[in-house]
Amino acid sequence: MTRRARAAIVGAAETTEMGRIPNASQVQLHADAALNALADAGLTTSDIDGIATAGETPESIAMYLGIAPRWIDATGVGGCSFLMHVRHAVAAIEAGDASTVLITHGESGRSQIAAASFPHPIPGSLSQQFETPYGTVGPPTMFTLPVLRYLKHYGLGEEALAEVAVVQRKWAAMNPRASQRDPITIDDVMQSRMIAYPFRKLMCCLVTDGGGALVVTAADRAADFPRPPVYVLGTGESVETPMVSQMADLTSSAAFRISGAQAFADAGIAHSDVDHAMFYDAFAHLPLYGLEDLGFCARGEAAAFVAEGHTGPGGSLPVNTNGGGLSYMHSGMYGMYAIQESVRQLRGIAAAQVPGARVSVTHGVGGMFASSATLVLANEHP
Amino acid sequence: MKEGSPITMEIGFDRPLPVITPETAHFWEGTREGELRLQHCVDCGRGYFPPRPFCPRCTGANIEISVASGRATLLSYVISHLPAPGFTPPYVIAIVQLEEGPQMLTNVIGCEPSPEVLALDMPLKAQFTRASDEITLVLFAPEDRS
Repeated sequence: MTRRARAAIVGAAETTEMGRIPNASQVQLHADAALNALADAGLTTSDIDGIATAGETPESIAMYLGIAPRWIDATGVGGCSFLMHVRHAVAAIEAGDASTVLITHGESGRSQIAAASFPHPIPGSLSQQFETPYGTVGPPTMFTLPVLRYLKHYGLGEEALAEVAVVQRKWAAMNPRASQRDPITIDDVMQSRMIAYPFRKLMCCLVTDGGGALVVTAADRAADFPRPPVYVLGTGESVETPMVSQMADLTSSAAFRISGAQAFADAGIAHSDVDHAMFYDAFAHLPLYGLEDLGFCARGEAAAFVAEGHTGPGGSLPVNTNGGGLSYMHSGMYGMYAIQESVRQLRGIAAAQVPGARVSVTHGVGGMFASSATLVLANEHP
Repeated sequence: MKEGSPITMEIGFDRPLPVITPETAHFWEGTREGELRLQHCVDCGRGYFPPRPFCPRCTGANIEISVASGRATLLSYVISHLPAPGFTPPYVIAIVQLEEGPQMLTNVIGCEPSPEVLALDMPLKAQFTRASDEITLVLFAPEDRS
């Protein structure tokens, strides 16, 4: 398979502040991140001809930033939407529909200033008729539902979930911008407050404020920008079901498998080529599903892989090196922060830098295993 | 038509109730009569859920409605400790697998909400639980097969 750079990320930045931002509304968080990303790329708003966003609408971003785009993408399928925006921007640039695309995210998850609320199912929708009546009050009681089956199927205990949280806190301890940096033990996790058995507080993501933005352009222009370009080698996406109860296999995500396989095939890489990975972790089981469904581990072996330290500092596959949604930040739609960390790693500027990282996989989820997207990124033009 | 299961009313229903649509009316008519009505495809023989007027596997419209046994097994669950309208935490949210194959979200009632009691794959039996004149929900309780 021939590798090729399909496009490049030439600007990337998060909001100036991270965690608790009581003085900015949601749209301003988008704008703060967008202006930081434009500065990072050495561009101004007049250079942008494409806008992609979720949470806010492309029209709100266009008006607020003063951009008149000729291409927009409002794909909004939850937290992995921003990975899909990269994928769609790549296609638009290849097709000539846009030359320089701005992707924005911002969310006042904690401070709730002009924030989009968690979407309630439409009255009469199948989700509303057949899931909502049973006390599903958002992600902690829905995203978590498949896990006991996963644990039983592979003969694992709840400690498998705790291990993920412990390892990610080790990464967060090295990241000054992480919301939670104090080391934790398995006991700490297992004794934290019960949220929805088997999930305890430290197995669930943070709720914070923040944002991030990206500038994507053609690979052959990428060398003209001030920062080292991050090339998009491959992308994938899929959806399965808006109803977690209707997942075909509670131990594996069909959307993860399709998206991951597509991204690897598109990039023409093998797992052994991957130096670093980000798995969207709204809850502690998601990196386990991600490691298996993307083929980094055989089915049922991800928990041991994590417990043996392979995903931690010094491990063979550093994962969620910003601390993840569990310890770094989680505003509601975390995918943008996963991309940002992959970009930092490939630029060599991450707080917990993986030495010599050349290829990074960013894998996201939206809804409750409803949607998925995957990016294969690299810092060398193939 | 066979006689439906008894309808019980044991839960305060401040919880959000389903808004019935044309494609689901037969299901909720059934639960009001103590029946768990499933659709199955005559052409490919598969039962399916949630309702729609064609088979999700072959898209065929040759659909029949049958009454499920009400027997199920516990596929997975959480015990929520979060506040929710109409519920007193902790309460069990479960995915069950009907004897006929399809999966459903529900609550498991009639037992302690504890991992010691709730063993995966345990047999469950549908409990038709009246919530309003229009809506009777299908909850599940451990089945005594002794």
